[in-house]
Amino acid sequence: MTPEVIVSIIATVMTAATPLLIAATGELVVERAGVLNLGVEGMMVVGAVAGFAGAQLTGNAWGGVGLAIACGAAFSLLFGILALTLATNQVATGLSLTLLGLGVSGMVGEAFIGQPGVKMASVNIPGLSDLPIVGPLLFGQDPIFYISIALVVGVSWFLFKTRAGLQLRAIGNNHGSAHALGIRVITVRYLAVMFGGACAGLAGAQLSLVYTPQWTEDMTAGRGWIALALVVFASWRPGRVLIGAYLFGAVTIAQFHAQAFGVAIPSQLLSALPYVSTIVVLVLISANRRMTMQNTPAALGKTFVPDH
Amino acid sequence: MRLELEKRGEHSAMFSAISPIIAVAVTALLGALMFAALGKPPLQALYSYFIEPLTEVWSIHELLVKATPLILIALGLAFCFRSNNWNIGAEGQFIIGAMAGSIIPVMFPDLRGPWIVPAMMICGMIGGGLYAFIPAVLKARFNTNEILSSLMLVYVAELFLDWTIRGPWRDPDGFGFPQTQRFHADAILPEMFSASGRAHFGFVFAILATLVAWYVLSKTMKGFEIRVLGESARAGGFAGFNAKRMIIFAFVVSGALAGLAGISEVSGAIGQLRPSISPGYGFTAIIVAFLGRLNPAGIFAAGLVLALSYLGGEAAQISIGVSDKVASVFQGILLFTVLACDTLIRYRVRLRSSAPALAPESVAP
Repeated sequence: MTPEVIVSIIATVMTAATPLLIAATGELVVERAGVLNLGVEGMMVVGAVAGFAGAQLTGNAWGGVGLAIACGAAFSLLFGILALTLATNQVATGLSLTLLGLGVSGMVGEAFIGQPGVKMASVNIPGLSDLPIVGPLLFGQDPIFYISIALVVGVSWFLFKTRAGLQLRAIGNNHGSAHALGIRVITVRYLAVMFGGACAGLAGAQLSLVYTPQWTEDMTAGRGWIALALVVFASWRPGRVLIGAYLFGAVTIAQFHAQAFGVAIPSQLLSALPYVSTIVVLVLISANRRMTMQNTPAALGKTFVPDH
Repeated sequence: MRLELEKRGEHSAMFSAISPIIAVAVTALLGALMFAALGKPPLQALYSYFIEPLTEVWSIHELLVKATPLILIALGLAFCFRSNNWNIGAEGQFIIGAMAGSIIPVMFPDLRGPWIVPAMMICGMIGGGLYAFIPAVLKARFNTNEILSSLMLVYVAELFLDWTIRGPWRDPDGFGFPQTQRFHADAILPEMFSASGRAHFGFVFAILATLVAWYVLSKTMKGFEIRVLGESARAGGFAGFNAKRMIIFAFVVSGALAGLAGISEVSGAIGQLRPSISPGYGFTAIIVAFLGRLNPAGIFAAGLVLALSYLGGEAAQISIGVSDKVASVFQGILLFTVLACDTLIRYRVRLRSSAPALAPESVAP
């Protein structure tokens, strides 16, 4: 393999990892606030169709990104109204968000099937982008890649270095005590859920504007669910989400390159790899009880009804 | 103004009974608004969606064909959801059941006899049950999140089916189409009234399964155990119930019913394996289970309602030209309204102008 081939493989891994990283980082904040939103897949696919539509309408990829973030956050609000205000079961509500998202995106996107999409341009910094190896990898990526890295750093700083982050984690560990201390549990959770929705929307836009610039039905193909698994894998630490997302990006990309190298494995088996490895990783992580118990937000998935 | 919830001492019996009906009514209302927004006459759209399919005999047959897998799968999900096991991989168990049941007609096409169909049904149940055993044993043994593992296995099952019918099971006389050979007559689940339509004996399975599930869940010790462990695994432990064995039991029952649904659909309605054998029955059945309030009789009725949404989608596409994707939007909205209406059972909902926070109370789900 020449260095150019290796660089291009690493670049595709990064592109495949970015949507997982963004969606998982958003969901991490939601879960740190004690809310389990299983609607990531639905919000992501809504983001994907909104991203495509926004780019078509404005003729600019950034128009798509903006619409995807707005739609993802607005769509997550549906989950918030049910699970937070009406205190419904979070698992069932998240599932219904996913089912509704797949339905709505399929209906809205029907007109876009087969249409050429708008591809987001990669960054080009004269001088730096032309450097060998590090140039294309670090200075020639698409803008959403840089946003994803900034997001991880920002979320990590917010959760562990700010007072608001401490309050959010307190809510996730014991909403009763947090409420007694005067923290607005429901308000903070609404904000967290909408942040998760915005992230999932952005992750979807990355798929329809960068990864494969077009719209196909159900194009998220389970990435929202893998993002949920990544949060468990990362035991709710943003840095570990980064590692996990890149591992899964590599597994996703392995299928394309294995065929290029003439490995005689059925393509379906290779396509199944990300899903099978998700299960394997979940088993390995969950078997280690001490590690999962340490970081799992104690109030995760429990409904909270303030007694007025 | 703010919305406030006040916990009821006891679940409201009235709202338990009428909340699914309110949910369907609200969904129909939202549907009318959606059709109006799409520029279609709302009343005519609702008519062609929910009434027209019921006006012809062949169409009622189709309703039963679609309700069969939904009811079978959702009954199994009731065992899981009641015992607090979140099996959302029924779609995969449906597919593996369909494949396991197809082993006899595809790999041993020379075998004939009246025993073939029953044997296929049993193989389908075993296949679906074994596939559900995977997330169950991972949860019981390693504490692995069953939501994610069962869902991942759906994608694996879809890819496995795809590989099988493009590879070893492809019909040699099928002009290269990715499908198995058509099942011979002895491997076809017969139609009930073949003079008037396609409804097959799978619907009888759905009726029988409803009766058995009702008996087990409400009249036996096992049903009590499911309820106790679902409310609190700790309390169940004090009563001498084994939570781990319950995980396996609930998942295997659910997988077997999904597998039976799969092979009934393939043997009764399709007649061969194809790349796509389900329009998402395994996921729609989740909505059926909740709309039926995890109660077998309710699930039976809810299965018919959701089957109508599939048929209505097709009918509305023909008569008023809306996309048949509207069906899945309807289904999604319906689950939302069902969950929202269930709040009325457990809480009194009040509107207040302002509310000073006094004391906290946390409520486990």
